[in-house]
Amino acid sequence: MAELINIKVNGKNHHVTVDPEMPLLYLLRNNLRLNGPKYGCGIERCGSCMVLLNGKAQPSCVIPGAAAAVYEVTTLEGLTKNNVLDPIQEAFIEEQAAQCGYCISGMIISAKALLTENKNPTDQEIRQALQRNLCRCGTHTRIINAVKKAAAKMNKG
Amino acid sequence: MKQFNDIKSGRREFLRGSGYLLMGFTLMPGLGFTTEPDECYLPEQTLIADREAIDSWIRFDADGILTVLTGKMELGQGIRTALMQMAAEELDIDIKKVRIIIADTGQTQDERYTAGSGSIEGSGNAIRNAAAEARKYLMALAAKELGSNVAELSVKNGIVKSNKNQKTIAYKDLVKGKRFEAEVSEKSELKKPADYKLVGKSIKRTDINDIAAAKSRFIQDLRLPDMVHARVMRPPVYKASLVSLPTEQVQKSPGVLKVVVNGNFAAVIASQEYESMKALEKMKQTAKWESKPIMPLQAQLYADMVQNGNAGEMVEGDKKTSKKPSESAVMLEAEYKRPYQMHGSIGTSCAIGLWKDGQLTIWSHTQGVYPLRSTISDLVNLPLEKIRVIGVPGAGCYGHNGADDVGGDAALLALQMPGKPVRVQWMREDEHKWEPYGSAMVLKIKAELNPEGKVTSWQTDIWSDTHSSRPGGKAGHLIAGQHLEKPFTFEGGGFSGGSHRNSLPLYDFETKNVALHNYKGPLRTSALRSLGAYGNIFALESFMDELALKAGKDPVQFRLDHLTDDRAKEVITTLVKKTGWDLKKEPGIGKGFAFAQYKNNASYFAVKAEVKLDRAAQTYRLVKLTGVIDSGQAINPDGIINQTSGGMIQAASWTMLEQVNYSSDGIESNSWETYPIFRFEDVPDTEVFVIDRPELEPLGAGEAAQGPVSAAIANAIFDATGSRLREIPLTPDKIDWSKVS
Repeated sequence: MAELINIKVNGKNHHVTVDPEMPLLYLLRNNLRLNGPKYGCGIERCGSCMVLLNGKAQPSCVIPGAAAAVYEVTTLEGLTKNNVLDPIQEAFIEEQAAQCGYCISGMIISAKALLTENKNPTDQEIRQALQRNLCRCGTHTRIINAVKKAAAKMNKG
Repeated sequence: MKQFNDIKSGRREFLRGSGYLLMGFTLMPGLGFTTEPDECYLPEQTLIADREAIDSWIRFDADGILTVLTGKMELGQGIRTALMQMAAEELDIDIKKVRIIIADTGQTQDERYTAGSGSIEGSGNAIRNAAAEARKYLMALAAKELGSNVAELSVKNGIVKSNKNQKTIAYKDLVKGKRFEAEVSEKSELKKPADYKLVGKSIKRTDINDIAAAKSRFIQDLRLPDMVHARVMRPPVYKASLVSLPTEQVQKSPGVLKVVVNGNFAAVIASQEYESMKALEKMKQTAKWESKPIMPLQAQLYADMVQNGNAGEMVEGDKKTSKKPSESAVMLEAEYKRPYQMHGSIGTSCAIGLWKDGQLTIWSHTQGVYPLRSTISDLVNLPLEKIRVIGVPGAGCYGHNGADDVGGDAALLALQMPGKPVRVQWMREDEHKWEPYGSAMVLKIKAELNPEGKVTSWQTDIWSDTHSSRPGGKAGHLIAGQHLEKPFTFEGGGFSGGSHRNSLPLYDFETKNVALHNYKGPLRTSALRSLGAYGNIFALESFMDELALKAGKDPVQFRLDHLTDDRAKEVITTLVKKTGWDLKKEPGIGKGFAFAQYKNNASYFAVKAEVKLDRAAQTYRLVKLTGVIDSGQAINPDGIINQTSGGMIQAASWTMLEQVNYSSDGIESNSWETYPIFRFEDVPDTEVFVIDRPELEPLGAGEAAQGPVSAAIANAIFDATGSRLREIPLTPDKIDWSKVS
């Protein structure tokens, strides 16, 4: 039955009373009203629901909210600080790296985790880092370019 | 002149700022809609019944903001930006002062379906003409105000200036927020392409700002006050009937508000989304079904198609059997196959229904709000005027997927929950198993080659199920409609031109014929991006390479030798220039070429595919796709590149990996594990060149790549391995590796 969960999302502490087994995705979307992470497959095979757990990109559609509460959670919303976009978000806009856009939250989250670890990824490393994220519109080429551009921006400071 | 009351100051900041949903919002009395922008999705109804009225397509408010109205839907193709560009261009106003309202039966005109790459040609031209007419009207007003002749006026950023006395007046001071109340005459003069400032420019899509910043609102993200959540339990297999469903257990599941069972349509409504999912699981465990096997089985499918397809009818070309082959000619024949394939939207189908005060409102990512409205009217037996369908973008659909079906689900369930918005979203498994697939096809081509290496006759035979079963007003085309206790029947046989799209070669052959054999197949099918063109072009452009080989000609030159259409030739020669086409053999590398004009009347597209073999692993990788497209007047070149490159990657995924697998017990491709699509490591590099022809009509571009890409890959595989693969997917196990040196 419902339990009180204390969870830190996008730098803020939240107290929510929910079924502790409920996957993190539904807690984020329905209880915290964050639309970044999206339902795509429910079995961690499409990456639409990617969030950062302590900085690591992970799907949120299976992990129970209670289990996720030990991590600091970041969604796409959390990358924008005081209305200033993250360089990755800027790069996606500059490269027009979206068609329908449904997968983009997951893409940016995976890219964020990558660029935190690896400042200068090769094409191949970018592909590997995004391998868990599906895009059906075929925007992959632009997404790779956007990640490269973001890396260049971040290295410039 | 009547004042518009839908555009009031105060709301506009949100409208302009959001740039995404672009709907006005009003408080809905009694429903407690708050004023938070992302919670208000019920724009005031402002529909003008007159399609010819300027105000049906464009409106100015008192502050000079131009509202464009389109009946077409945003599907990720960037149609909003392109249409705003076209309107802003004709009127010479700053595009930042333009907003757009998309498909809503309460606001926009009936423009049927957003399909067939027809939005620019259809809606775009209507908006362009309305804007030109509005300009003429505004010029007449301005001439009076400024004491000038129309000929002495010029416009910049919405300010009209008299070149006689240098006086100026803004559009907004001419319109003052009033309606135009004039009709669009066919004769309004359009701006000359040479004077274009916006059309032809790669204006950035403002909706991408919102997507990247998590501010966009997809249908899946709408959250209406008091909203409840529903999940539908689909049968395990198409024609199963529900034998028993003990509902007590499900009723007791936490949060459950209602269990709805009507024939084979069963659903659960709960307060919270997760509760509805848990209740659905319980329901599935207790439900007992009686199944009917799916026949014929997949292994016999293609043979069954040819055996049980109808006798065939000449549908294209000379419509007569070819003359007796000449003795000096060589006959060539081949058979190609494509399997059932999925749309595979990344977001699952979703809709919200609200039944309140005798009015049914459906929020939907449908491709056609008006046809969905009439279909729902049929389904729930309500008159059209009691139903409103509001289009809200979803994940990319690439044709007729589950969007309309889930709209029907939401309508039925909303009627069970008066006063509360009911949100229905499909689970991934249901999306995979229940969406209508692109039909499997068998294509037999026979051609005659004369001693000079020219094709003299060509005959294609197509076996295919329908490529269009869009509901268009018939509830029997919705899954829910077929599952009710008193079911609506699916009136099949709606075999349309989709099956033989692009089957007729654009090449100049003496005689050409296409016969279509309609086949009612075992799986549910409808429009998948490019319909039959994908399979037809795969066969046609593969066979052109087979003929070129037989004739001892370079495949590109062989095509050019059979073409008189200058634009067709130019996309091909441009591709050759850009990629340096030659047939020099490089070990382990294959190059393939293909060309088509989509529908034989829309965009011209040529593509080169490059594959690289890994002989040790007996596999190949698609390394690069390069495309050249001529869509006539390019409204937004970057938009064309984005969609074309996307189409190339998607078509490559279809071609190399995809087929819907099924057994007699049901669809086996029920997840991304069992229906794999391209992931990043599979994706080739892509490059697209646009031939812009500002002086010509704009042509639909969104589906041009699908067919040619498939044949270019097959041709590249042949070049590299000597194996001619004629059955999609072109998996490496179909290659005869013993022939590969």
